[in-house]
Amino acid sequence: MRLDKSSTGIQGLDEITGGGVPRGHPTLVCGGAGCGKTLLGMQFLAHGALAYGEPGVFLTFEETAADLAINMGSLGIDLDDLTARRLLLIDFVRTERSEIAQSGVYDLEGLFIRLGFSIESIGAKRVVLDSMEALLSGLPSEQIVRAELRRMFLWLRDKGMTAIITGESGNQAGQLTRQGLEEYVSDCVIVLDNRVKDMISARRLRVVKYRGSSHGANEYPFLIDEDGIKVLPVTSLGLQHEVSLERVSSGVAGLDAMLGGAGFFRGSSVLVSGAAGTGKSSLAAHFTAAACKRGERVLYFAFEESCSQITRNMASIGIDMAALVAQGMLRLHASRPTLTGLEMHLITILKEIDRFDPGSVVLDPLNSFVTADNEYEVKMMLLRLVDALKCRQITGYFTSLTEGGRPLEQTDVSVSSLIDTWLLVREVESGGERNRGLCILKSRGMSHSNQIREFTLTDHGIDLRATAIGTDGAMIGSAREEREAHTRVLRRGHEQDIERKHNELILRRAATEAQIAAIRAESLAQEAMVLGHVEPYAVSDGARHASGSDGLAASHNALPTDAADGSQSTP
Amino acid sequence: MAANPPPEGSDWTLRLFIAGQTPHSLQAVINLHRLRAERLDARYRLEVIDLYQQPYLAQGEQLVALPAVVRHVCGSVRMVIGDLSDADHVMAGLNLSPKKA
Repeated sequence: MRLDKSSTGIQGLDEITGGGVPRGHPTLVCGGAGCGKTLLGMQFLAHGALAYGEPGVFLTFEETAADLAINMGSLGIDLDDLTARRLLLIDFVRTERSEIAQSGVYDLEGLFIRLGFSIESIGAKRVVLDSMEALLSGLPSEQIVRAELRRMFLWLRDKGMTAIITGESGNQAGQLTRQGLEEYVSDCVIVLDNRVKDMISARRLRVVKYRGSSHGANEYPFLIDEDGIKVLPVTSLGLQHEVSLERVSSGVAGLDAMLGGAGFFRGSSVLVSGAAGTGKSSLAAHFTAAACKRGERVLYFAFEESCSQITRNMASIGIDMAALVAQGMLRLHASRPTLTGLEMHLITILKEIDRFDPGSVVLDPLNSFVTADNEYEVKMMLLRLVDALKCRQITGYFTSLTEGGRPLEQTDVSVSSLIDTWLLVREVESGGERNRGLCILKSRGMSHSNQIREFTLTDHGIDLRATAIGTDGAMIGSAREEREAHTRVLRRGHEQDIERKHNELILRRAATEAQIAAIRAESLAQEAMVLGHVEPYAVSDGARHASGSDGLAASHNALPTDAADGSQSTP
Repeated sequence: MAANPPPEGSDWTLRLFIAGQTPHSLQAVINLHRLRAERLDARYRLEVIDLYQQPYLAQGEQLVALPAVVRHVCGSVRMVIGDLSDADHVMAGLNLSPKKA
């Protein structure tokens, strides 16, 4: 038989614990002041009440019901409503040391009766005791209270209550709570922590112990926002996501051509890195515009520019972001990285994603998260983000600013291993000018160009120029233009050459034909002459025999002349 | 102070809350009766309430520890918890003055 669990309704915590806290058992939640213990307890009750119809009793030793209602109301839990529907009963147990004197031995049977009565009056299934320290300090004779607390936890268990007991974290090392409550509550212990680093606070949650159940043992970042506690999604830390074969355009035709002719894979993560002013944001804007154009919603997170600044800047290259926003296809979200901790950013991003349901997400730029020495944390955050995006089949488009002097093929946040397609935009200095070159460092799962392509920012967008290959390799900038001009000149010369030769040929053919005509005319003339001599004989043989002497003489004159000449010349 | 109490009357009432017939409960009843007889003005009344019978009183009276004896003094509440074995502590805790001999 498996351990039955009660869902806490806290996003992420149920995943870590494999379903929630142990049903019918007490769970200890400890942490320092302001860690969110009370909120966790209240969310647990509210979720049980609203999602499962399980009423709950909240026994508070610190705050009055009215204070609680105000505090929880600002975090999205309406206690008055729950109370009115008899799904919640708040009992403020006031123990004022100065008003209570002790004379002899006592026990906490009053608390048992009180809690028992509350449980019965609404049929509670869940109980929260918040916090034990207040009770312990509110009564004389700590020894008695301790013994009674142990009895209380057993009693709750006998009653089948799923209970959360909160306690202040201990000051001594190795002690979870100040009063050593963990000795009594041994089924499930959750530790909340709120630490400040670089002036930014980060909350963490850890399940120290969970008897009879496997659980995530790491520290998980969590945050408290207007919807209560959220623990970072951990189920997405697997690598089981489905991949898509569908390709999405980068928004730049030339770049699509470089990427196997079709662009990125849907759901892949794309990184554009480069130095300042190389056009990373412009590339991102092109991608954004292309996605919107094919009917896909885009969520654009800017960490260095305000929304209006981006809109203005992108208008200068012909991308009207304001119109896309107005159509509801694009949502711009600008915030300073230092505004909150990384976890808060991540959860904000994920929450916006859940709310807007985009097909693509742009983060511009990533590395502004990096401060002094938090590279590892940033990487972990991005890992979670990339996984979360992949699980949702959302294409992630990130930019990263490479500092001057740093190796170009290294990102500040060392995320390259998480990235499927990595584009590098770089300044190429040659011939006294700087030009932008774009190349693909890697692109998983597709053939891609190995060339550095020059690109220019024009007022109608990014223009990826055709490569000009010279004797020294690909050429860019003025060199390319000169090369192109040179090619044009050469081509024109060549064309002229051909035309001239063509003309010559025509002339030659005309001359040849004239010669042919002349020769033919001459040969015809000779033929005619020869035929003219032969004609008299051919008229009639009789005539030749009759008056042949003249003709014979003539023919003797004509023909044997040569012979006579020959005989004359013959020695 | 107790010689001129306000007329409301609650001031003259000592309410002892117990939890059933446990040894502590019975001891507290015995001790409080003895204290009243030996040290208090006859106007003080004792009221013994078994919380098991009336559990709904626990919340209003802010009861946690039992046995507990409660006295309302000019709007504030004095409470002594335990089996009331130490009479001096009870007198002090409830802000009672001994009767004039």
